[in-house]
Amino acid sequence: MNKFKIAYSGCVILLAALAAAAAGAIVLKAVGASPIATYVTIFTGPTQDLFGLTEILVRAVPLILVALGIAISFRSGIINIGAEGQMLMGILAATATALALPNLAHGLLLPLVLLAGALGGALWAGIAGILKARLGVNEILSTVMLNYIAAQFYTYLLRGPMIDPAELETGSGTPQSMRLPHAAWLGRLIPGTRLHSGLLLALVLAFGVYLLLWRTTWGFRLRAAGAEAKAARYAGISVPRSLVAAMLFSGGFAGLAGAVELTGVHHRAIENISSGYGFTGIVVALFGALHPAGIVPAAVFFGLLLVGADMTQRTAGVPANMILVLQGVIILAIVSAKMYLNNAYAQEKALKWFRRLKAGPSPDPLKPGGRP
Amino acid sequence: MKAAAEPITELKLTGITKRFPGILACNDIAMEVRRGEVLALVGENGAGKSTLMSILAGLYQPDSGTITLNGREVRFHDPNDAYARGIGMVHQNFMLVPNLTVVENVALGLRKLHRFMRLDLKEARRRILEVAARHELPVNPDAYIWQLSVGEQQRVELIKTLCFGAQLLILDEPTSALTPQETDDLIDRLKRMSGELSIIFISHKLNEVKALSDRVAILRHGAVVFNGITADHSPAQLAALMTGREIVLPRNEGVGQGGEPILSAEGLKVRGDRGHLALDGLELTLHGGEILGLAGVSGNGQRELAEALTGLRPVEAGEVRFQGRVMTNRSPAAMIGAGLGYIPEDRHHEGIVPSFTVKENLVLKDFSTARFSSWCLLKLREIARNAERLKEKYDIRCSSTAAAGGSLSGGNIQKVILARELAREPRALVAVYPTRGVDMGAQEFIHSQLLARRRAGGGILLISEELEEIMNLSDRIAVIYKGRILRILPALEATRERLGLLMAGVSDE
Repeated sequence: MNKFKIAYSGCVILLAALAAAAAGAIVLKAVGASPIATYVTIFTGPTQDLFGLTEILVRAVPLILVALGIAISFRSGIINIGAEGQMLMGILAATATALALPNLAHGLLLPLVLLAGALGGALWAGIAGILKARLGVNEILSTVMLNYIAAQFYTYLLRGPMIDPAELETGSGTPQSMRLPHAAWLGRLIPGTRLHSGLLLALVLAFGVYLLLWRTTWGFRLRAAGAEAKAARYAGISVPRSLVAAMLFSGGFAGLAGAVELTGVHHRAIENISSGYGFTGIVVALFGALHPAGIVPAAVFFGLLLVGADMTQRTAGVPANMILVLQGVIILAIVSAKMYLNNAYAQEKALKWFRRLKAGPSPDPLKPGGRP
Repeated sequence: MKAAAEPITELKLTGITKRFPGILACNDIAMEVRRGEVLALVGENGAGKSTLMSILAGLYQPDSGTITLNGREVRFHDPNDAYARGIGMVHQNFMLVPNLTVVENVALGLRKLHRFMRLDLKEARRRILEVAARHELPVNPDAYIWQLSVGEQQRVELIKTLCFGAQLLILDEPTSALTPQETDDLIDRLKRMSGELSIIFISHKLNEVKALSDRVAILRHGAVVFNGITADHSPAQLAALMTGREIVLPRNEGVGQGGEPILSAEGLKVRGDRGHLALDGLELTLHGGEILGLAGVSGNGQRELAEALTGLRPVEAGEVRFQGRVMTNRSPAAMIGAGLGYIPEDRHHEGIVPSFTVKENLVLKDFSTARFSSWCLLKLREIARNAERLKEKYDIRCSSTAAAGGSLSGGNIQKVILARELAREPRALVAVYPTRGVDMGAQEFIHSQLLARRRAGGGILLISEELEEIMNLSDRIAVIYKGRILRILPALEATRERLGLLMAGVSDE
């Protein structure tokens, strides 16, 4: 049985990889690129040198943070699809705080800016939480809609009130904020690369989320309400309060992811700063089984995919947008493979099919007798 | 699937063995059933009944052993094989789609009726009416499943299985969700149907076994320990064979000495889920050291009363008093904190969090007390120690206290809930159907624990549909009818007949 399980998992993963590769190859062929060269670049390109390796981690940091928040919300029975918007609100709050207090010391300003980011995301998510708890508004709907509002609000501020005055003077008008004061920058871990100390923060928080969910009374409450709201209510747990708390936590992590990306990488608010981390983070969270110990490696793996895809643009001559298509195909394949791996029913079916195959060619199931 | 398999005249199982990791579920089982015969299969929770029947229905393959039909050996690879041979199973949890009609539900399972892009509903209807007429199972083919009562849904399940061509019916605890009236009705119908069918009837209610079956097979720890003619044995003898020892359900021998009033409802008005007044000026007082039985046909406000007392359902008018304090419309947490225990009706969804471990479920109400946490950190070691202690004391049978609560059998889930509630030493306990669907051994245990709590001075409001349970345990018996208490009797004055009349709304004053 165990041997079968291993073989089954191997087959599923192999089939999924082949399916993804085949579907991607068709797309790549259609735009005139070489599929094999592209694939080789995606998976081996980023691991060739130190820069590539650190870039993987740079991508992994926001993914870890977003995914941790998603894990909290999903475990608490509320599906937060709004991390993207919560990130943006976090970035705005962090930027505003940093620019408003340019003279504060590093040890004071940086924590304040990160906190502001978390708060911005938390409040934005809290709207969806309260709507769900008070009025029963479906959180998927509200968080997706809040994403749109956040995106437009962000663009408006960057093009108007928050635009860097220098951009107006020179007349170039690039929609971006002023550069943050140095006191609000996260330190670089390895000189010459973009890898910043946000990585350490993300790892510490990953452990923190584990403690929160499985070692504290708060986590107990959240998980109970998420796993069986009725039983939680009967046991005296206030489910609406738990939903709002989960959303605040979840949005806080997304907002923090934004603030870390801001203070660690870009040092100013720019357009497309979230680069879809808010959505990819959901996939990372599910891929990591909604557990910090799974989320960290999953985030690194997706970081590899993102960096590798970027490299193909330069080395294999694949148009930029095709990379998004490839990413989508790969994510789809991985997620569906995972569904098959965890599905006991599918496994049982495969086992039966396998046994019949072994029993001999086309046995009649209704035939009396058979193998003992 | 082929509709008309050859008639089943005799089904024989020999040497059936099935092993799951760590458990020998079926151990060398032999039994047989003939046409026109009802075989009752009884045993405690976890004795291997369900596994055996799943093998017969083609859901599992046995590790060894043979199934012979009419003298020829057969082998079922999946449920369709079993159906093709005329073996049909009605599961304990109904397999019906609520927002489809009866006809649609039956047609769903009949492959033959799946034409290109549409279902042949006419043919399905014809078959349903034919089966309904032949077996006297009245049904409205156009009713939606959600509109039907549990008893009617049970009937639809039977018709569905018969439409699929079943000649040997396996009924897995068919009465566990039915009211007493519906149960009597079902037993009657099954008796009449059994003439041209074979029926295997799984139950642990021995009075039903006596009423319906011709022969009885008793399973214990995966092996057949008894196989004989039902009429030759009394329910007490069967119970003893089932558990391996004499079972005597404990009785409340005291006379309601009645201490201080603990929990009372005064002029309660509470609305049900559909917006009607489910409780209409209900008056009831529970005293310390007494068990107050609440008898009544289900749906007369029992559920709403339990929920109003525990703070789960808003009270529109009237008062809830607990230990002398007015606690109307306080939160569930406040009621729990004040010392009110609750064994809810739906143990799988209200009583436990199924995906939580047994030890987590055992502290579901107390995890944030100083005993199990400090500064928001859970004391995992204390939680585990608590679970081991309660597992021992309440005889909770699980592989480990780290097993998911939902993976336990119904009786053991009920013991988890009982352990959690009684360990809190509640001043008052509201117990709703505390032994529904649990086996005799567990029932005896739960009853004796409730009586022990009574002796310790706690008050218990026992809401049950089993008159015997109420009469055995109560000091006083209140009869609820249409949201009011019709009458309160001392238990000594209560008889089945008198309670039956009162439950039907006939006041004897």
